[in-house]
Amino acid sequence: MSPTGCAVTGIDVIAPTGLTLDEYWGRTCRGESGIRVIDDFDGRYHNALAGVIPDFVAQKHLPGRLITQTDRVTQLALVAADRALIDSGVDLDQRDPYDCAVVTSNATGGFEFSHREMQRLWTQGRESVSVYQCFAWFYAVNTGQISIRHRLRGPGSVLVAEQAGGLDALGHARRNIRRGRCSMVVAGGMESSFDPWGWVSHQASGNLTPARDPVEGYLPFSPAANGYVPGEGGAMLILEADDAVEPGRGYGHIVGYASGFNPRNDPAYTRPLRRVIEAALAEAELSATDVDVVFADAAGTRADDAGEALALAETFGPYGIPVAAPKSGTGRLMAGAGAVDIVCALLALRDNVIPPAVHVQSTDLPIDLVCETARKTPLNTALVLARGAGGFVSALVLRK
Amino acid sequence: MLTNDQLRETMIASAGEDESINLDDEFATRPFTELGFDSLALLETCANLKRSYGIEVPDELLWEFSTPEELVRWVNGTES
Repeated sequence: MSPTGCAVTGIDVIAPTGLTLDEYWGRTCRGESGIRVIDDFDGRYHNALAGVIPDFVAQKHLPGRLITQTDRVTQLALVAADRALIDSGVDLDQRDPYDCAVVTSNATGGFEFSHREMQRLWTQGRESVSVYQCFAWFYAVNTGQISIRHRLRGPGSVLVAEQAGGLDALGHARRNIRRGRCSMVVAGGMESSFDPWGWVSHQASGNLTPARDPVEGYLPFSPAANGYVPGEGGAMLILEADDAVEPGRGYGHIVGYASGFNPRNDPAYTRPLRRVIEAALAEAELSATDVDVVFADAAGTRADDAGEALALAETFGPYGIPVAAPKSGTGRLMAGAGAVDIVCALLALRDNVIPPAVHVQSTDLPIDLVCETARKTPLNTALVLARGAGGFVSALVLRK
Repeated sequence: MLTNDQLRETMIASAGEDESINLDDEFATRPFTELGFDSLALLETCANLKRSYGIEVPDELLWEFSTPEELVRWVNGTES
């Protein structure tokens, strides 16, 4: 008997291009950008372009006591989880709490909260530090807070793999369901760390674009690519065992997943990425010709872009498959990126449309990059890729 | 001296203003757990008591108070 399949029955996004799913998807299809200069950083730092969520007011969504004890990233994660649960129509009162789990990814933790408490520590003394700092800083806190809020007591986890972590969270959530450890998971990734301390930590990657004009910022696969723009945001998804989901409900199925590691941490060494793609397709019992669109990692630095394009050309043939890079409109969301790309891919499958790369006019690499305007085409199967700094490589396959 | 009102204000400031926390006139005699105050919220309350009023409640004593009233009585040294 084949393992239990896994359906996505609820989704939600909070991104620089949209505070709601509909706004995000509309702006993404129109190729609009949520990237802008952070004014406070403009005169202070070498890099100042970021994908910022402009109008998020936590008080509109969450009780005061949760706001007191959480960083912005956790507030975003809680709101996205609330809305994804509503979207799924799951009635938690009818579920065994131990049969429902939370699996999230986050790479930087609660930076802004911690920054404020560190300031208190050094200016007002240790007794002024909020007791909630004990967990508000922690990259695992999103899983914990979502679990507490909705009484989801199944096998919860947290995965950290920089930009690949979002895919890994969904991959692990699916693994839980396939192994029969639970029948429902809230899974996703969220990131937000744009206080000055968080910002200089982003800068430490050395790969941020020095551009000040969003049009010249994050241009993955473009000959003019000069680094990436970090962004904040992410997505939460509701995964359910296929046998608990009536046909036609939900957005699609996660049919394959694999993760690997690039031991040389060298983008020109394409074998790990290729093998991860092959492993994810093999698990889905699909071949390369079954895939209709690839959502690329789209690093935005020349060497990484060339490496990914080469791996895609080797797997699918040069210019052999449409390649989407919608994250060029949000910036790289670290742990949020994979989750947002999965949501984007599911909506692409639903509407048979591939959103365009933003501000990228063309590519000189051997891939069929969807640029400038969205492309209408029948879609059934999507492959989503992610690479995290340090060598993380993940791939996930979606079907309608 | 610590009054019930001062403690109430400190508790609200510590846990976050929230429609789910109802510190009404009867709050002082209700158990902290019933008021939605877990161990962290209590610790934060004590840190704020020290900051605002210079009142120091040792951590190890804190868990012996089950209601706001007991805490106020201890602070004011009136516990028999």
